[in-house]
Amino acid sequence: MSFELPGQFAQFGEARKNGFLRVKKIKEDGGKVAGTFCTFTPQEILDAAGISPVSLCGMSEETIPAAEAHLPKNMCPLIKSSYGFAVSNKCPYTYFSDIIVGETTCDGKKKMYELLGRMKDVYLLHLPQGDREHALEQWTEEVRRFRGFLEDRFGEAISDEAIRKAARLRNQERACRRRLLELQKSDPPASTGYAIYKALEGAGFYFDVNEVCKELTRLADSLEADYAAGKRPAAPGAKRILVTGCPIGGVLEKTVKAIEEAGGVVVCFENCTGIKAMLDDVDADAPDIVAAVAEKYLKIGCAVMTPDKRRMDLLRKLVPEYKVDGVVEIDLQACTAYAVESYTVRGLMEELDVPYMAIETDYSASDSGQLATRLEAFLEML
Amino acid sequence: MYAIGIDIGSSCAKTAVTGGNGTVLWLDQMPTGWSSLEAAEEIRRRLLAAGYDPEEAPCVATGYGRVVVPYAKKAVTEITCHAKGAQKLFGLSDLDVIDIGGQDTKVICVRGGSVRDFLMNDKCSAGTGRFLEVMANTLGMDSPSLIELSGRGGNTSISSMCTVFAESEVISLIGKGERKENIAYAVVRSIAKKIASQASRLNADGARTVLTGGLCEADELRRALGEELGKDIESCKEARYAGAIGAALLAEKL
Repeated sequence: MSFELPGQFAQFGEARKNGFLRVKKIKEDGGKVAGTFCTFTPQEILDAAGISPVSLCGMSEETIPAAEAHLPKNMCPLIKSSYGFAVSNKCPYTYFSDIIVGETTCDGKKKMYELLGRMKDVYLLHLPQGDREHALEQWTEEVRRFRGFLEDRFGEAISDEAIRKAARLRNQERACRRRLLELQKSDPPASTGYAIYKALEGAGFYFDVNEVCKELTRLADSLEADYAAGKRPAAPGAKRILVTGCPIGGVLEKTVKAIEEAGGVVVCFENCTGIKAMLDDVDADAPDIVAAVAEKYLKIGCAVMTPDKRRMDLLRKLVPEYKVDGVVEIDLQACTAYAVESYTVRGLMEELDVPYMAIETDYSASDSGQLATRLEAFLEML
Repeated sequence: MYAIGIDIGSSCAKTAVTGGNGTVLWLDQMPTGWSSLEAAEEIRRRLLAAGYDPEEAPCVATGYGRVVVPYAKKAVTEITCHAKGAQKLFGLSDLDVIDIGGQDTKVICVRGGSVRDFLMNDKCSAGTGRFLEVMANTLGMDSPSLIELSGRGGNTSISSMCTVFAESEVISLIGKGERKENIAYAVVRSIAKKIASQASRLNADGARTVLTGGLCEADELRRALGEELGKDIESCKEARYAGAIGAALLAEKL
């Protein structure tokens, strides 16, 4: 089978060209790719169908102008960036996705998926919005429906055994990610938060879960060995920061990097690429494997849920576990769910007697100077 | 031995020299100009002329130009320095500090001698010195005269917080023949409202509130702020140097 590259391929930079060629190769070798946006996506079902999930979350402001031809200006930069990549054919993973899988998370994403569905094949999972007693049952049915959809769409049955196998492998991957994140519990921590985040983010583009486990293990081993040999990557006496809030891939430099350049160190990421989706595994031997997969994903705390008790419970647990000196909430502009919930988080931190700061930002560089000053002042305050 | 604090803000550069035991020996200010680096050099010349050598004495720099002062031993943010300086100037260890700067406005909550919380405007210039400057410019005057004039006005308001939109509101008020003092009143009320809403997000527990920064002597603004916040706002003429004094006090400890 052969696949076309987008018309403007020649104008792309080297890294993006390589991305296109890599995913083109996967498709030519008979592989299928599913673009995903969220930690709620039940990856095991895609794995079992022989489809590789890859994150399509836009992290650059480059494609925002293209998105604003259809989307409002005052909207989350992640949504605009992702949509812009799809409209402009600039993202290899979006371009070569056989299917895009979304969930009914925030309003912005929900409505964006409708527009995205006009140019790509989009499947939307209906995620429950809170803690009703039938939430798990409803979500399990959604995951079952998704399985049925994939079977019809790609003409191949997905066996329970394949899902169990995928769950075992993904449990392994989650264990590797947890291990890397938990290295930061040591005092002083084993790494900068920036390096940990970059490794976890990069692992999402490997396509081969065994490969991901191997790479993450290799990194954790080397960090542990360096630590045992006395290497201390964080500045001595650096204040230990927990980062919570929205996905931060697109603002990493002006937030996490800025914290670490100002003499702090991020010891815990509670948000999407961080610990919250890695804590729970799937019971691969459960009698109903689809229900077990659904159960794992519904345990993720996120501001799209009301009430969002899980996020508060997790934060309450993480603060002492990681010996956190201060909490920084990073919210993306116009993310109503997280912006409103930040008031609740502030209250929780007051109760725990941990200094807290919330910042709201987008993908532009215009506020990086002021953000740096605010983060620096926050660290001086600790 | 003396210590030096330098506060390079976006419009004004302030210098303070303290005597090692907290007493203020010398204060100076000058326009920052287009280059913080050149401002830092000019400050060095002025210090030397006054008999203080910044290479010899401990020196802390603050303000947005803090990282380009080559002879400073340490850079500290203006939040920490204003908190420190204001405590010294007002003799309080529990207070709320409102600092109206050229490009940012900060509300700093100090309890038991340390910064407990703070807020700072981010991208937008609403509620900053720049906002006033733009409006004053439109009215053909400078910020202090605008604030003073506002004391004689009333009964007009502008609703836009955004500097660009507020400017067009002011222009349309001018077009309608509104009296200048009333427009000035509307501008000052608008900035006071914006800052008061920022300040009210921090816990108000009855601590005294002080105004620092370049507008510390603008009584009408202080009054308007006080009315919006429902409390007296204190200030003094040295409060514009709060950041520099705070930096010098921190330098004493180096």
